[in-house]
Amino acid sequence: MNKALLGLLLGGILGAFDGLTAWFTPAVRDQLLGIVIGSTAKGLLAGVLIGYFARKVRSLPLGLLFGLAIGLVLAYAVAAMPNPSGQHYYFEIMLPGAIVGTIIGYATQRFGRTSQPASR
Amino acid sequence: MSRWLGDSALERLRAAADAPDLEGTRYRVVGKLGQGGMAGVFRVEDAALQRQVALKVITAGDPGDAWSERLLQEARVIASLEHPGIVPVHDAGLLADGRAFYAMKLVQGKRLDEHAQALPKLADRLRAFLRICDAVAFAHAAGVLHRDLKPGNIMVGPFGEVLVMDWGLAKVVGQSSDDAASRSAQWPVAPENAPATGTSHGTVLGTPGYTAPEQAQGLPSLDQRADVYSLGAILQFLLTDSSPPPRPLAAIQSQAMALDREYRYQTVAALSTDVAHFLDGLPVSAYPEGPFAPARRWIVRNRVWILLLLAYVLTRALLIIFRSR
Repeated sequence: MNKALLGLLLGGILGAFDGLTAWFTPAVRDQLLGIVIGSTAKGLLAGVLIGYFARKVRSLPLGLLFGLAIGLVLAYAVAAMPNPSGQHYYFEIMLPGAIVGTIIGYATQRFGRTSQPASR
Repeated sequence: MSRWLGDSALERLRAAADAPDLEGTRYRVVGKLGQGGMAGVFRVEDAALQRQVALKVITAGDPGDAWSERLLQEARVIASLEHPGIVPVHDAGLLADGRAFYAMKLVQGKRLDEHAQALPKLADRLRAFLRICDAVAFAHAAGVLHRDLKPGNIMVGPFGEVLVMDWGLAKVVGQSSDDAASRSAQWPVAPENAPATGTSHGTVLGTPGYTAPEQAQGLPSLDQRADVYSLGAILQFLLTDSSPPPRPLAAIQSQAMALDREYRYQTVAALSTDVAHFLDGLPVSAYPEGPFAPARRWIVRNRVWILLLLAYVLTRALLIIFRSR
């Protein structure tokens, strides 16, 4: 599996799981489906970006840093959108989002093929 | 004479006197690389191929004597071992004065004892050690014992390639070394870091500190376990600079250097497998471990994963608790 695809898969799975944890917050439980879809989409996007970066740059520290940064930026974009009652959940979204980005950064640096073998 | 000649002139005269007469060969002496008890190694220019090679030539004894035969035997042994970890022989023969020589690859690099200082990481040292084991195991598979393995006889090239050198004491298994001719032609005992600069024609071969007890006692029935002992001593050398080695690694080294060869690793392959297992964080045969050791190893191997997942779970849990208040 190449690194971009690995990032995409991992980002999707971790994003969906991250969204599901909203169930533990009763205030947003009725919006769970939307949160899960949004979180999964965020995870997929983060995964592709981080996986693509890992294909280009082979460095564990840089991969971790890039994953952290992408996780933070995308989570900030989501957290900046208020819920129907006008509330923002910066900490709840950005902190775990950053960690998820770091996890994807680590996984894509450690595993996955760099590029497709040349074919004739 | 030194009253009329400067030091450098004297040095040049000495070098010229030491240099072998290569008249009639395709080689021209460029410089001297080293001197053993009975043979010298010279950097020479190969006129035919226009490259520099190393030339080992008898520098003592009467031309044509058993030493020459021994040198040619050494060349034949090395030539029979085609392996990336064993220095290749290109040519062998007799000089005009009857002295034997052989030409081999000119290895550009450092001896392991010098190179080890450039390898601060234990894992890098162990990987170099595994490459030495590969070459020695290959020789054993071909029925050849080295019998003088030590850091001074291992060269490490600029790209980390490892070459096992100086097969002057090598023995072909099954070939008797007890006959008088062979015995008289054996290279002398070499002190550590001074290859083949021995003092006597002893029956004991090898280098103190790196020689297996049975080899030091001059027992005739040497086998590959003698080289296993020397490899254990090399491993010990590679571990001396670092802080106390991990227990499994110390156990590997102890087993490789067991005084009784029955308790040693029986083959180089068994030794290198244990070292490779140690590098991969797997159990090693030399070190029986407790019931929690596999779990501990798994945690150490996956510590980054575990830390990241714990950080995620902890953050989520704290945020949920914080929100619910």
